[in-house]
Amino acid sequence: MSEPVEGREAAFQQRIERGEKIESQDWMPEGYRKALVRQISQHAHSEYVGMLPEGFWLTRAPSLHRKCVLLAKVQDEAGHAQYLYSALESLGVERDTVYQELLAGRAKYLNIFNYPALSWADVGMIGWLTDGAAIVNQVPLSRSSYGPYARAMVRICQEESFHHRQGFDLVHRLVEGTARQRQMAQDALDRWWWPTLMVFGPPDEHSPHSRQSMQWGIKLYSNDTLRQKFIDQTVPQIHHLGLRVPDADLRLNEASGHYEIGPIDWVEFQRVIQGEGPCNRERISSRQRSWEQGAWVREAAACHADKASTAAALAGDEHAQ
Amino acid sequence: MTTHRTPGAQLSEYLLRLGDSTLILAQQLCGWCGHAPTLEEDVALSNVALDLLGQSRLWLDYAGSQMTPRQSEDQLAYQRDAEQFRNVLLVEQPNGNFADTQVRQFLFDSWHCLLLRELSRSSDAQVSAIASKARKEVAYHLQRSSEWVVRLGDGTARSHAYAQQALAHCADHVHELFAMDGLDQAMLHAGIGADLAALKPEWFSYVQQVLAAARLSYPQNPLNLDAGKRGQHGEHLVGLLMEMQYLARSNPGAQW
Repeated sequence: MSEPVEGREAAFQQRIERGEKIESQDWMPEGYRKALVRQISQHAHSEYVGMLPEGFWLTRAPSLHRKCVLLAKVQDEAGHAQYLYSALESLGVERDTVYQELLAGRAKYLNIFNYPALSWADVGMIGWLTDGAAIVNQVPLSRSSYGPYARAMVRICQEESFHHRQGFDLVHRLVEGTARQRQMAQDALDRWWWPTLMVFGPPDEHSPHSRQSMQWGIKLYSNDTLRQKFIDQTVPQIHHLGLRVPDADLRLNEASGHYEIGPIDWVEFQRVIQGEGPCNRERISSRQRSWEQGAWVREAAACHADKASTAAALAGDEHAQ
Repeated sequence: MTTHRTPGAQLSEYLLRLGDSTLILAQQLCGWCGHAPTLEEDVALSNVALDLLGQSRLWLDYAGSQMTPRQSEDQLAYQRDAEQFRNVLLVEQPNGNFADTQVRQFLFDSWHCLLLRELSRSSDAQVSAIASKARKEVAYHLQRSSEWVVRLGDGTARSHAYAQQALAHCADHVHELFAMDGLDQAMLHAGIGADLAALKPEWFSYVQQVLAAARLSYPQNPLNLDAGKRGQHGEHLVGLLMEMQYLARSNPGAQW
């Protein structure tokens, strides 16, 4: 006899509170499953779309060492997308289904990838700032209540911390270089600073899903808490590099020990989320183009696999006879 | 840039052929990253590119060490013009569609595997060490590109046609892989290089076996173009180098 739903939900919540991991075969409230699918698919799409701005610079990297490092990084991102799409499959959601949502322009991914990577310094900023923000966001997620997601996040975070260091190293080299290289770094920081702060999402009072996600242990800290942690750890790094934070209101609150920043342009944030950022259309159309151009390849592979399995079955029949 | 007068100059010229072919092919594969037909293929193509790039750096570093003054891998990769590149013509053929890329890769990998086997027995310890390391990586490249040639050739009518067209184009650049010019002869006699011509029957036998499984046929009467390794390239290499080199060249003296 099945338990009433309320009883199951209460037992589920107790498991979460005891710090137990929920696995794919376990019962879970429909809302929990939906929240996970929303969060993991956004994350998977972010990795996949995130390959584009940096991938653009692979063919232009100014040294063979940097080209190797960047290639390995973009490859890691493809791998992260793979783990995350697999984590989604553990929730009964096919990769193609969520991917079609992305191609149709209906799925969300990190807003920051809707900004263009205009110079080599942008590659460094994406590694240092964007991946730095991702680490602040994701390290707690390796303790998330859903087992497959938490485990994927452990590996992803290890790789992201490499990316973060490599990004910092790239920018460090630029600021130690020629006046033109230093300017390249400052210009890139000016363009990436604010979009990076928006990576953490809207302020807590406007974050519609946060409270429930925190209750379920899918999310462990609020957007504003994580944003502040990132600011506090990154501002000293920027100063160390001799770069300027593009925020006239930035100041260190001696009493609290936290940096206080000027107002974030949430109107721009909403505008980019609504699809009106500088690269939203380009990112989606790039993904659509690759998908469409690859259609005949996927058909060929499926067709060959069918032929091969038919041939194997026939050979098996003959053998049996 | 280099002359063949001294053994060191001959060796560096020979190493440039190896380093440039792997560099140019890696550069081409970078163009697929993020645009492959599946996510798995994005990972695989970038993995192959990364291997080839790593091999190229070892060859170029060794080539540069034989030059006077010594040249770094980056000076060789970024500061030479097209006519100073010594890659085989096959690798500079454009990516085209996925069949063009995989057929180019298959013809290259099948040759590269045999070449590295021979070079792993080179009397030059460093050539032998680099080739032995690279050989393990390239065995995997060949397995993948062979599988793709079979899938595409024995897939749909469309993929079959694309693969056959790709083969028709790429075969024009196969002759060069096995052509033994003066430098190849000198390196062979020095016990350093490989007898490329002697590898062709074994190569062709393997290629025929894969093409049979793919229901593809090796083109009759391909052209015998072979000037890439002497620095005479086609139109595509200039564009490829412009993209690869522009940032390094527009910031002379900068460190990255």
